[in-house]
Amino acid sequence: MIINHPLLGPRDAQEFTYLGDAALIDRPDGLSFPDATAAQDAFHDYLYLRDNPAGEHRELWYHEQGDRSWLVVTRNTVTHEITKVELARDVARARGRSK
Amino acid sequence: MRYSGFRVIAEALTGHKGWKPAWRDPEPQSSYDYVIVGGGGHGLATAYYLAKEFKQARIAVLEKGYLGGGNVGRNTTIIRSNYLLDGNEPFYEFSLKLWEGLEQDFNYNAMVSQRGIINLYHTDAQRDAYTRRGNAMILHGADAELLNRDQVRAMYPFLNFDNARFPIKGALMQRRGGTVRHDAVAWGYARGADMRGVDLIQNCEVTGIRTEGGRVTGVDTTRGFIGAKKVGVAVAGSSSKVMSHVNMRLPIESHVLQAFVSEGLKPLIDGVMTYGAGHFYVSQSDKGGLVFGGDIDGYNSYAQRGNMPVVEDVAEGGMSLMPMIGRARLLRSWGGIMDMSMDGSPIIDKTDIDGLYFNGGWCYGGFKATPASGWCFAHLMATDKPHPTATAYRFDRFRKGLMIDEKGQGAQPNLH
Repeated sequence: MIINHPLLGPRDAQEFTYLGDAALIDRPDGLSFPDATAAQDAFHDYLYLRDNPAGEHRELWYHEQGDRSWLVVTRNTVTHEITKVELARDVARARGRSK
Repeated sequence: MRYSGFRVIAEALTGHKGWKPAWRDPEPQSSYDYVIVGGGGHGLATAYYLAKEFKQARIAVLEKGYLGGGNVGRNTTIIRSNYLLDGNEPFYEFSLKLWEGLEQDFNYNAMVSQRGIINLYHTDAQRDAYTRRGNAMILHGADAELLNRDQVRAMYPFLNFDNARFPIKGALMQRRGGTVRHDAVAWGYARGADMRGVDLIQNCEVTGIRTEGGRVTGVDTTRGFIGAKKVGVAVAGSSSKVMSHVNMRLPIESHVLQAFVSEGLKPLIDGVMTYGAGHFYVSQSDKGGLVFGGDIDGYNSYAQRGNMPVVEDVAEGGMSLMPMIGRARLLRSWGGIMDMSMDGSPIIDKTDIDGLYFNGGWCYGGFKATPASGWCFAHLMATDKPHPTATAYRFDRFRKGLMIDEKGQGAQPNLH
């Protein structure tokens, strides 16, 4: 698989390590819950449960043997076709992080 | 029809005209007491033990393709019970004991061959870890032996003992481990279940699971609605897809694992060998092909085929362990979809929906578990209580911090 890095151009997927579903960007804020049980539930779901779709999947790849940027790659898990590559930084900011 | 040596002779003398299909091809009935989703090894074993050991009736197995067409036909056929943790070892030892009596039990030649498995070690620390693992195995009633370098050399003199990075210092051996003819396991269970009245329904994909008031009432399929008092899902690889019908998210990612077989060679490896440091393991089939594999590809996939980098990685591992393998030609490679769970261990549990049971998360170790998985799942479905060897395989172990993490990798499925 070739990942078309937004800054560096096409790179072999072997240069990257894989983390998993891009939903991992949305780590819950433990202080935003009414009680400890609700926070625990949210963290359990965040850490352990996955949508795991057959088809389009947004996922986090880390360019470990490159520029060490985190990418959000949109890839089809049935065909392995990659349709979109974004910097995870941009995705996180668009979701309101780091404001 | 029972199979036996006499039967073979009698048929040989009468022109082989008496053989019948090993199982029926029935139309689905409108409802069953038990519906098992998934006609692979685990699903068929579950139906078999439900009928045979738990004396249940009105059972159907629904398979979207053909029986045994998924991972039970794609694995590298190894059986063993060399686990460390309390939650795992009794279960896998129960499984190995069932393997030992399986062929007599279901009257089918599954070619169970206890040819022994060795796990190579390369450092003092690894030796200590294997000593501990071997002791844990022995304490749970399994067999284990620690071999030194000379003992391994006597068995496999051709290995690269003085590899600069991973010199072979010895191995943990389980003599009762070995290989089994994988397809015959599915066929044996299928025939055994069919003989006891189980309907095996192929080309029947489950497209929905119906519930009413928190209780399961049946499944929608490509061959119409089939009512059920209890539904058991045993579809490892596609678990998330099937359980999404009831909006359940699982602690599972689907990953592709590749396996390989070389051209037929003269007898070379009479047991099973794992070389964890080099991401490589190998055995030799009775036809002479070296059957080997390594790591999963490492990204979510439902493709049943992998990519070149892992092919190279496995080949390199093989070359560093037994350099003469480089002259052998690769005959086939293929991929299967693994339920990679969050701690590397499986789940056999009830769900929040009454009458809906789940069996999955087998990572790349489901084949050896087939008999015990079927038995324990049947036990759970028939009695609503977990089998004593499978009490730890619960959904809520993640919430409660009771993970069974043999490798100590944490919630990172592609590292287990």
